[in-house]
Amino acid sequence: MTRTAGAGEALLEVDSVAKSYGALDVLTAVHLSVPAGQALGIVGPNGAGKSTLLSVINGTERATAGTVRFGGRDVTATPADARARAGMGRTFQVPRPFAHLTVFENALAGATAGAGLRGRAADDRALAALAMADMLGVANTPAGALPLLGRKRLELARALATDPRLLLLDEIAGGLTEAECDSLVATIRSLHTQGITIIWIEHVVRALLAVVERLVCLATGVIVADGEPSEVMRSDAVRAVYLGGAL
Amino acid sequence: MVIVNALVQGVLLGGLFAMAALGLSIAFGILRVVNLAHGEIMTVGAYLAAVALSSLGVDVWVSLLLVVPLLGVVGYWVQRLLLQRALTLGELAPLLVTFGIAIIIPNALIELFTTNKQAIPTGSLAVRSIRVADGVSIGVLPLLTMVIAVLLIAGTQQFLARTRSGRYMRAAADDSDTLRLMGVDHRRVYASAMGLAFAIAALAGVFFGMRQGGVTPFDGQLMVLFAFEAVIIGGLGSLWGTLAGGIVLGVAQTLAGVVSPELPLLVGNLVFLAVLVLRPTGIVRSKVVA
Repeated sequence: MTRTAGAGEALLEVDSVAKSYGALDVLTAVHLSVPAGQALGIVGPNGAGKSTLLSVINGTERATAGTVRFGGRDVTATPADARARAGMGRTFQVPRPFAHLTVFENALAGATAGAGLRGRAADDRALAALAMADMLGVANTPAGALPLLGRKRLELARALATDPRLLLLDEIAGGLTEAECDSLVATIRSLHTQGITIIWIEHVVRALLAVVERLVCLATGVIVADGEPSEVMRSDAVRAVYLGGAL
Repeated sequence: MVIVNALVQGVLLGGLFAMAALGLSIAFGILRVVNLAHGEIMTVGAYLAAVALSSLGVDVWVSLLLVVPLLGVVGYWVQRLLLQRALTLGELAPLLVTFGIAIIIPNALIELFTTNKQAIPTGSLAVRSIRVADGVSIGVLPLLTMVIAVLLIAGTQQFLARTRSGRYMRAAADDSDTLRLMGVDHRRVYASAMGLAFAIAALAGVFFGMRQGGVTPFDGQLMVLFAFEAVIIGGLGSLWGTLAGGIVLGVAQTLAGVVSPELPLLVGNLVFLAVLVLRPTGIVRSKVVA
């Protein structure tokens, strides 16, 4: 595995982060330190707060308490668009394409805004992102006309076009056929070998384990297990969460 | 020949309606804001032109160079400081805010200028015309209005299709939250779109004023009605549809005017009602803005 310079230093530090909606505590004191270049998987039952954690990391939601540091800088109060420009890319569980723009224009928005590129350089970045997500063939298709796999790949391509250092993937493999899932896994694995730091929430554990080198289990807003993927999957804490501890 | 003449005049009048409707179409297509004060923004544009004419002594074309950018900037900040806040409160809030603006402006204008018509002289332009056949002549001002309306629509279309800012506007129309994740502050995009809408409204207001020889405080109420009708007849969000809608409305009004001078408004509104009942999505299908 190739790693960029600075590998091993924490690219992202989530410190005592909590998130509540009124009386509902979704996250309570989450600590997570992610070294640059790492591929981290997050599992956990529905409602554990996984998507909320990604939202707090990328600024879609503001943390109720705690701090988020990215590249050594405190970004807890930084708006989502500034975090995107700083190098955070995110995909959504339910794809949200710009339906009336072409696939290429979707990626181009990420290249011009997130990566700050102009003219030819922006075009090239958008095309490279589409190539990485295997979408060049449908570059001129309106994004609203894409089937599910296409939409999921577009989420990925658009995030890649912003030239992210950290890629946050939210259940990108869900709902795909096995063959589709395998090709997506290959794509994500190649992103990882390029040195992009990845945090990936996934219910399709088989896909997750094919890529990540570290696994975290989140349950009712706290991290209950963290470590080498196969060990985490075997741990009592995870078994309890999935097989009755929570019932 | 009378009918042919009415048709020609109606088509040209449609150019003015389309120009008036374009800003409304942009605001709705990109921001999903129904700007009830659109007519009053046009009125303000016409008043500013009248003031520039009388106090600076410039001619009407020079006044446009001042008025159009000025209202563009005003539109940007009205969106950022007022409407953006309203947008976070729900769909109804921006509507009520623009309704409030629509009430404040004419009353402020009465305070400042009384209800007397403020003249917007155009020299000989208002009366000059080109004779194309017996009984059919084309006024230079209406023709110019139509040409500018077409250029504006084509220009806006190209801007939205080909420029970076235009792409952001279309993306914001689809999903402004996701646009943030691409690294764009959608509030600036919205504000720019509203600035564009205000600038075009100001231009349309001055042309309305030129056609009528001047402007009074409550002109906006009628102008916004025509603009809304043009947008809806043409199909919400479609810019060329707005032109088609303007022309349909213009022709309906002038043909009715041939029968009786009291009919144009009534017939125009009936055509609008008929489209709303029979083809609520408008007569043009393609949606470009949103």
